[in-house]
Amino acid sequence: MTNHWVDIKNTDLVLIMGGNAAEAHPCGFKWVTEAKAHRKARLIVVDPRFTRSAAMSDFYAPIRAGSDIAFLGGVINYLLGHDRIHHEYVKHYTDFSFLVKDEFAFANGLFTGYDAEKRKYDKSSWGYQIGDDGYVRVDPTLQNPRCVYQLMKAHYSRYTPEMVATICGTPKEAFLKVCAAIADTAAPDKTMTIMYALGWTQHSVGSQMIRTGAMVQLLLGNIGVAGGGMNALRGHSNIQGLTDLGLLSNLMPGYLTLPNDAEQDYAAYVGKRTLKPLRPGQLSYWQNYPRFHVSLMKAWFGDAVTADNNWGYDWLPKLDKGYDLMQMFEDMGQGKVNGYVCQGFNPLGSAPCKVKVSNSLSKLKFMVVIDPLVTETSEFWQNHGEYNDVDPAKIQTEVFRLPSTCFAEENGSLINSGRWLQWHWKAAEPPAETLSDQEIMAGIFLRVRALYQKEGGAFPDPILNVAWKYKIPSFPSPEELAREFSGKALKDVTDPKDPGRVLVKAGEQLSGFADLRDDGSTSCGCWLFAGSWSEKGNLMARRDNADPYGVGQTLNWAYAWPANRRILYNRASCDPSGKPYDPTRAIVAWDAAAGKWGGADVPDFKIDSAPQDGMNPFIMNPEGVARFFAVDAMAEGPFPEHYEPFETPLAVNPLSPKNPEVRSNPAARVFKDIWPTLGKPDAFPYVCTTYRLTEHFHFWTQHVRLDAILQPEQFVEIGEELAKEKGIKAGDHVRVKSSHGFIVAVAVVTKRLKALTIDGRKTHTVGVPIHWGFMGLTRNGYIANTLTPYVADANSQTPEFKAFLVNLEKV
Amino acid sequence: MALQSLDIKARSATTTPPPDVRARGAVPVAKLIDISKCIGCKACQVACMEWNDLRDEVGTNAGTYDNPRDLTAQSWTVMRFSEVEVEQDRLEWLIRKDGCMHCADPGCLKACPAPGAIVQYANGIVDFHEEHCIGCGYCITGCPFNIPRISQKDSKAYKCTLCSDRVAIGLEPACIKTCPTGALVFGTKDDMVLHAEGRIADLKERGYSHAALYDPKGVGGTHVMYVLQHGDKPELYANLPRDPSISPLVSLWKGVTKPLMSFGLGLAVFAGFFHYVTAGPKEVEEEEKTD
Repeated sequence: MTNHWVDIKNTDLVLIMGGNAAEAHPCGFKWVTEAKAHRKARLIVVDPRFTRSAAMSDFYAPIRAGSDIAFLGGVINYLLGHDRIHHEYVKHYTDFSFLVKDEFAFANGLFTGYDAEKRKYDKSSWGYQIGDDGYVRVDPTLQNPRCVYQLMKAHYSRYTPEMVATICGTPKEAFLKVCAAIADTAAPDKTMTIMYALGWTQHSVGSQMIRTGAMVQLLLGNIGVAGGGMNALRGHSNIQGLTDLGLLSNLMPGYLTLPNDAEQDYAAYVGKRTLKPLRPGQLSYWQNYPRFHVSLMKAWFGDAVTADNNWGYDWLPKLDKGYDLMQMFEDMGQGKVNGYVCQGFNPLGSAPCKVKVSNSLSKLKFMVVIDPLVTETSEFWQNHGEYNDVDPAKIQTEVFRLPSTCFAEENGSLINSGRWLQWHWKAAEPPAETLSDQEIMAGIFLRVRALYQKEGGAFPDPILNVAWKYKIPSFPSPEELAREFSGKALKDVTDPKDPGRVLVKAGEQLSGFADLRDDGSTSCGCWLFAGSWSEKGNLMARRDNADPYGVGQTLNWAYAWPANRRILYNRASCDPSGKPYDPTRAIVAWDAAAGKWGGADVPDFKIDSAPQDGMNPFIMNPEGVARFFAVDAMAEGPFPEHYEPFETPLAVNPLSPKNPEVRSNPAARVFKDIWPTLGKPDAFPYVCTTYRLTEHFHFWTQHVRLDAILQPEQFVEIGEELAKEKGIKAGDHVRVKSSHGFIVAVAVVTKRLKALTIDGRKTHTVGVPIHWGFMGLTRNGYIANTLTPYVADANSQTPEFKAFLVNLEKV
Repeated sequence: MALQSLDIKARSATTTPPPDVRARGAVPVAKLIDISKCIGCKACQVACMEWNDLRDEVGTNAGTYDNPRDLTAQSWTVMRFSEVEVEQDRLEWLIRKDGCMHCADPGCLKACPAPGAIVQYANGIVDFHEEHCIGCGYCITGCPFNIPRISQKDSKAYKCTLCSDRVAIGLEPACIKTCPTGALVFGTKDDMVLHAEGRIADLKERGYSHAALYDPKGVGGTHVMYVLQHGDKPELYANLPRDPSISPLVSLWKGVTKPLMSFGLGLAVFAGFFHYVTAGPKEVEEEEKTD
């Protein structure tokens, strides 16, 4: 979230699209009801299904699963075409006026530089025109045909309301009604929040769907303001923490990135990431990359790393390719993986194409499952009748199950969607032999290290040099780890402007990431968390909800990264002179008398940079402004373009009907064997989408009796019209079949899933909730991901769970 | 269940007057269910099961979201989902939390023949005291909302207590405490009516011109009330009765027929006495005595 849960109450318009907050985030949804109750906010829901969020809405518009870029592209076209944008904001705070290289072009659904063989782009043409001064060339009049505004306008001019109706199936009147409501928030004193979740991320173009939403918000000036923002609703109580701490295969803590194979040289590695300003007077905060990186290495390796050994750079793995979930199971299936440690994860249920996952797990020599629950993954080798019809005799994988504590049985912090690190305390003792995850991991680490000490090995250095200074080596406590993430001074840290002044004494906790140094004098396990446990103590444990400014930014409640800031880019809530656009919702402002920024929130800005200095609000970008043109950051192009899901009812992409290459995302990685497995509309005519229900939490609560009582048995949802066609009544059992497998479930026949007219043809949608499996207290069911294709987003490699094809029959 | 006997206002099958010693008496309370804010998350069902230590069967899916499918002795509240199109092409998914309405004029209490099995407290809560329940099921006949359920296990009638045990010590009912969206609120009945007025004004501003409070007069008003978007069509909400009233059978039994029955009973006693006086006590035969 750029903003946070409580801040939703400040909005005038809530757009829930690509999410279903009322069902999947019922507690957070309360802030929508607050906005409705106290600001007369309106709620618009755009979704393939009439969800429980839609039930709360003032207006609902249907959309075909997987077509959101077409819809949002249509909104951009509407806003630009009707000139309903926040002019001052886009002019000053975005790249509207930036000039793009002449070589850059878009034709037939492709941007320049496409290599069909590799399914990758050469992105060298995706850049700005750089002037002699080393800065990007701009045209403040916005007349130059190469400026981002003009290019974007041309790009989205193809996304007409008619095209939206063709691709999305959204009736034109409904689409225009949504556009008009959104456009009203271009006024400086009106704002919209966008709440989205897996309904956007789990597509082969998921990252670009989110980008398109962000572009809409930027056009309206709704980023950086109270009640605005792009708000990703995280689906798991600590999944935000997972990414923050770099648990993705290409990341390190704090979104620092692992080097790739070609980056063997430390200076080049760190230089490439130390971004210099692209416009005069801009901050370009990533200039501090070396401070973050060196402090991280000091946290990991302690005294073993120095400037002389490049802070242990040689000990970092260099990626030859991505090692995401999809790649791992692909490799596993090819017999390239011996062992798999599966910690708090149930991939047999959570990964796409169950049969492929099951086959891959069968190739392992061993698997270690660390989980509080008996997951389906840990039982993948066991025959559970029709629900898991495998032959254990043919599976040689040895499975070790290590019972771990659950969140309520340990201290620690959880990071919520709003980036708040909230400390929690153990509520119960764990049962029997259960150990915490830290104890289990420490136990494994200490034994592995002893083996390396004893036997040497191919490359013992990274293991043997790990700093392991916990009081009880076999049990690093949550408090010790939290202090390590927040960071401390190894030597006295002094003020660069006044070297005699000591800011933090050696051995003390740091007060924030401004204290970090690149000379090895500071240690910090995650720069974004710096200051969360300072000399003032554990700030994550704070529970003071005082709200002195009355805009819900409770700075003494827990700790928000970065720097306890509640709303990111909040400088953009003020006009260029530093005055809030909407004084009734002011969060920061320039205080000329004090010579600094201040207000209800922690300013996301150089605190003493006066408005006349011309520094712009998006300080994490070297441009200083927000990007409509993504430069080379995205795999499939600088402007989001609609591509069909990999399993689509359409023969061609209606935006580029003549180019079969661009029916689906041309830059998405597709493993060779997968192409022939993808379902075609002749055999599988219905669009299918998977989702969660409010009564259950992923694959956990099937183990909880109370939740099992509320939703006991697997079901699928079909519209009344399709049910009638197929002779299906509510309560009948149906077989839903995709190209990858089938499930059998009870049919819920509903008015809430209506047939849409897509490209002139009636298209039905089938809905498949995910929560059942063959373990737990609910009635046994089929794993929903039996049905899903093994394809993913081109940037994040998040699987395409939300749009694929099925057929349906009564059993 | 836990309110003191001093707070009892009415008691089933009892003619002795209720206690009347309290100085100020209790303030009538009410639960307000704002259907326009209810997301149907069923957290209230869970809270109810947890607080009251109830665990219904893990059932089946009958082709709807409703689960458990109906009220039972173990499920004192359930969500009822209705898909309606009041206006053409404008689908609404109305989700109504069903359970005891705590009528001011409770049909169950009137119908109950077991002394003290059903009580009404001065604050308006209607409660079942199962230890006195004889399992006759008359409360079901008496209820205009079809709420009480007889347990298969112990043949006693059960329903929502409005958490009388919690309310007695100044806590809100469990469902209120857990509701994430504020669709459920609890307080004095006057405050709840006031709160409802604000909600209804909001709904009217959003185009629900018939938004209204459901506090049916036919049962003397209720201590569980609804805010309905379509106050003119309560039956849209899983057949919420438009004008509920106590079954005429109950009125017949406890109304007109009660004095007749009392008269009959009195007559029988009088006739017995008359017979005793005129015919004397029954003589026991000598030979029977020796047996």
